[in-house]
Amino acid sequence: MSGSQTKARVGTLAQIGTITRYNFLNYFRARRFYVMLAIILLISLLLTVVVGYYRPVSFLGLPGEPVSTAVLGFYGAGWGGFVSLVVILSAAFFGGDAISGEFQNRTGYFLVPNPIRRSAIYVGKWLAALVASTIILAIFAAITLANGLYYFPGNVPWQFEQSFVFAWVYLVAALSLTFAFSSLFKSSSISILMSVILLLFVFSVVDTVSSAVVGIEPWFSITYGAGIITSILMVQYPPHLQTQSLGSALGGANRTGARFEITTYNATVPEGLEILVVYFIVMAVIGLWLFERKEFT
Amino acid sequence: MTPSIEAVQLTKNFGSFPTVSGLNLKIQGTKCVGFLGPNGAGKTTTMKMFTGLIGTSSGSALINGVDVEKDKKAALASCATLIETPEIYASLTPKEALGMLCEIRGVPRSERNKRIDEALGRVKMTEWEKKKVGSFSKGMKQRVNVASTLLSDPEIIILDEPSTGLDPRGMSEVRDIVRSLGDRLVFMSSHLLAEVTEVCQEVAMIDHGKLLVYDSIENVTSKFAGGGGTVEVGFAREVDDQVRAKISRMPGVKSVAKSNDRHLSVSFDSKVVSLDGLFESIAGLKAGAVSFEQGKGLEDAYLSLIKETL
Ligand SMILES: Nc1ncnc2c1ncn2[C@@H]1O[C@H](COP(=O)(O)OP(=O)(O)OP(=O)(O)O)[C@@H](O)[C@H]1O
Ligand SMILES: [Mg+2]
Repeated sequence: MSGSQTKARVGTLAQIGTITRYNFLNYFRARRFYVMLAIILLISLLLTVVVGYYRPVSFLGLPGEPVSTAVLGFYGAGWGGFVSLVVILSAAFFGGDAISGEFQNRTGYFLVPNPIRRSAIYVGKWLAALVASTIILAIFAAITLANGLYYFPGNVPWQFEQSFVFAWVYLVAALSLTFAFSSLFKSSSISILMSVILLLFVFSVVDTVSSAVVGIEPWFSITYGAGIITSILMVQYPPHLQTQSLGSALGGANRTGARFEITTYNATVPEGLEILVVYFIVMAVIGLWLFERKEFT
Repeated sequence: MTPSIEAVQLTKNFGSFPTVSGLNLKIQGTKCVGFLGPNGAGKTTTMKMFTGLIGTSSGSALINGVDVEKDKKAALASCATLIETPEIYASLTPKEALGMLCEIRGVPRSERNKRIDEALGRVKMTEWEKKKVGSFSKGMKQRVNVASTLLSDPEIIILDEPSTGLDPRGMSEVRDIVRSLGDRLVFMSSHLLAEVTEVCQEVAMIDHGKLLVYDSIENVTSKFAGGGGTVEVGFAREVDDQVRAKISRMPGVKSVAKSNDRHLSVSFDSKVVSLDGLFESIAGLKAGAVSFEQGKGLEDAYLSLIKETL
């Protein structure tokens, strides 16, 4: 080694790029990426087989129905029915242990004691996870599209395009949330598990309880905001607030005169996007804050 | 600027338990400093504060005058570190993992391959450079970790027990590597006192998170080794009992033990005979003495210092 000094300081942006590339490489070679790929291929295969064999009305529309209505039904039932799951699993798989893994697997000892800010590591890893899960989402969308074009040639509703964009924004927000979780816990499996449970069950329960039972709009819930992904695929965008009397719903059987009302909220598109973006920002700040303070002990 | 590492009232509490308390230590210049202390003394904890792996409870850790906690990126700009036994992303190859560090540390693109090849060669991992790290043994991983400290021509190198998990040859190779680091400040924790004696000029000893002594090895040895020491004398041919008896009758010699056919371990009282005096007397025997190595001085000093604080 010569005495020539090679300490050109590297810019933070360049370092983020480095972390992103190598983490993506690591994701791409890991089993997890292929498990995720297998999951979406399986879902797609099932949808293809079910639609091709049974030709369900929900996918292909009623005879005599306008094509514009039928095609929305197709994308709503297939893509709409599974895209949330794909987003949640991707976010949990690629983000759920992104930070906790650095502690549990001790890879942080290789990376952190270097002239690099922790925030650059965080952002770099986040971008790598985003790229990996965007690939998954895009493959799922591409298969959906191929199927859709088979049954409805030359007819791709603009709603599907928007739904894809919304799903991607949901992915961005969900990854921000799972990264924050991965900064909170030291164990990889716990942080992945918590992410899945939270996104898959807890938030939906909160949505239902809040809107149907308490009657408050669940504006604080990420899954409520993500509702726009499927709402946009409906023939009529659902109204912001729907009230249904339980009595009348049961066929006027409420002789006691007691009235049960069920309220359903649906986020409007601007509102949904706003919720997702706020989730992204708030969770990014929390996650970064946690990671900056977390100790390698 | 001469490289420096400085702890100012450096303190770390885990819960209410002080692991490092009020550590003041300033190391300056290009040299190798051994960091010694018993298990749990706080060596790793101190080094983690110097590398931003953990925060401080109070006080500060400065590298080249920059507070690590305030600006880790600037403080570690010309530093290479190896703390405990890091793991590398399992699906990367050593070449890729070291490539990542080169980029982070700003090794110019044109030099990267050369540096990586050189570093992997130094730790004898060239033949594994394209295999995934995930399948490596502990020692192989540690070799890559050692290689990672050689990439960026750093001014300062912080090593926490670098030969952990290495085979005997690996340990000796690490020793050679550290010795060859040359114009740098090396701060290295170790339990291998022979290694420290061989490669370091100074030692800092801590116990219970407090600094006991920081001085050159000679001073520490002469002050704390109980006025004595051990030398390992090597002979060109097998030593007979006559030679052994002659040495043991010399003034100041406490005992002579045969290490092997050609080596005697002579322990002596330095109040009675000086090291050079002993050397001359043994050479004067014309019994074929060819080497004279100061042996367990540091160990004696260590034992007396650490015992005193318990
Ligand atoms: N996360 C933690 N929580 C509580 N105590 C801790 C934690 N990490 C370290 N300690 C304590 O700090 C003390 C110092 O540990 P440290 O690892 O710095 O010792 P060391 O000098 O490196 O020892 P060794 O020679 O065994 O490597 C120990 O008593 C240890 O129990
Ligand atoms: Mg230690």
